[in-house]
Amino acid sequence: MIEFHGVWKTYPDGTVALQSVNVLIERNEFVFIVGPSGAGKSTFMKLIYREEVPTKGQISVNGFNLGKLKPRKIPYLRRNIGVIFQDFRLLPKLTAYENVAFAMEVVEAPRRLIKKRTMEALELVGLKNKANSLPSQLSGGEQQRVAIARAIVNNPAVIVADEPTGNLDPETSWEIMKLLEEINYRGTTIVMATHNSAIVNAMRKRVIAIDKGVIVRDEPRGEYGYEI
Amino acid sequence: MRFSTFSRHIREGTKSIIRNGWMSFASISSIAVSLFILGVFMLLTLNVNRFADQVESQAQIRVFLELDTPEEKIAGIERQIKLIPEVKSVVFVSKHDALERLRETLGENADVLDGYEAENNPLPDGFDVDVFEPRQISIAAEKIKALNDTDPDRSIMRVRYGEETVKQLFRITNGIRNIGLVIVLGLAVTAMFLISTSIRMTIYARRREIAIMKLVGATNGFIRWPFFVEGALTGLIGSLITAAGLLAGYAQVIRSTRLDLGLMMFDLVPLEEAFWPVGGTIVGLGTLIGIFGSILSVRKYLRV
Repeated sequence: MIEFHGVWKTYPDGTVALQSVNVLIERNEFVFIVGPSGAGKSTFMKLIYREEVPTKGQISVNGFNLGKLKPRKIPYLRRNIGVIFQDFRLLPKLTAYENVAFAMEVVEAPRRLIKKRTMEALELVGLKNKANSLPSQLSGGEQQRVAIARAIVNNPAVIVADEPTGNLDPETSWEIMKLLEEINYRGTTIVMATHNSAIVNAMRKRVIAIDKGVIVRDEPRGEYGYEI
Repeated sequence: MRFSTFSRHIREGTKSIIRNGWMSFASISSIAVSLFILGVFMLLTLNVNRFADQVESQAQIRVFLELDTPEEKIAGIERQIKLIPEVKSVVFVSKHDALERLRETLGENADVLDGYEAENNPLPDGFDVDVFEPRQISIAAEKIKALNDTDPDRSIMRVRYGEETVKQLFRITNGIRNIGLVIVLGLAVTAMFLISTSIRMTIYARRREIAIMKLVGATNGFIRWPFFVEGALTGLIGSLITAAGLLAGYAQVIRSTRLDLGLMMFDLVPLEEAFWPVGGTIVGLGTLIGIFGSILSVRKYLRV
């Protein structure tokens, strides 16, 4: 599903974000990426949806060889990847419904299908009754659920979540995690970067720990922590 | 492109003008203001050109014949002048006409001519020659002079067309035209700059939106379309307002100055004649500027 082979990433200012990273993530896995701030977690995530390109090495995601991917083909890669962020990144002037439908309009889905699938996605995240609310009228947890609905509405193969609970209280965080687990059960691969040790320790999924750009630990049913 | 996608782009572009109310207002007004100034100068230039044309077209060649040139000869020369391609019309001015004309010109002082009558008229017979193209007046004059070369009597005494006056006049009208053109071009460039700047600001304000579109897998073309529609509409609205205001104002100017300028033997370019060149240029230019402004600005945020 996702494969990193000898991946290095050096930014133009000289920062080495990743060093010789080798990772294989299989279809339908649920993977936590942990590590201190600045360890390279976000770089790892950005490389998956090709926001960044590796300085060296090979990356393939859902059959796309990212090294050979032409810029104009990037949109087609991203249609296989749902992205979720700490700061939700909703369009502030669109309603919850419009924000979710937007991801389908972009792939030029027929209108009737857009309506159907958008409502299904909002129902899954439990926000059917708030479809016409603007992001500013929703709580943080609700906004993140809209973002999740947007991420899954196109049935992506992978969901990449960069600290999705970073701005939420513990209770809301758990609701989000249950939602992601549900989505994972339905067959979507999930890669999630987090600082939340309680969640990682309770869920017992595969944990990849990154420190100073190096993978220091990779355990199938791991716990939080990035000490060697 | 699917029709539903196309109609989405139109819908989104239109909605976004309304959503970004103040920004759109700023873009539309900057388009309107710059195009208005441009339009005023276009109208001025049109009228200066018309004035210049009118002045130029009054330039005339006067041909004077030797005294005592027989009538058959005069008719022959008239035919020859008519054969010159640059010549539009030839009017024979008899010495009698010339005397009358001189009297008219002198007005109150015509009494200096008292005593000159048909028998002792000192003036020569001649022609007034009009040309098609005022600028060819000197060529035509040379050709008329050259008629003498094949005439043993050398019947043409003198050819006059106010050489120096005409040259000076052309220098002035040319100058006015060029200055007008430079000002109009300069304003067009300024307008384009102003407009693309304000559109760039509206797009800068929405760079987050563009980033999100890219994240969910929108192609660059898909992202560009609504901005394209928005730019075109902004330009169109701004320029329509300008064109309507400008032409209505111009119609008023024509109405209120008809009498004053009429006394100066000069009339303004009529509204029908100014409508398409000015209105069409403004609307066309405004729309194009809107489109280019938005496409150029959005391109910056589309780079991966």
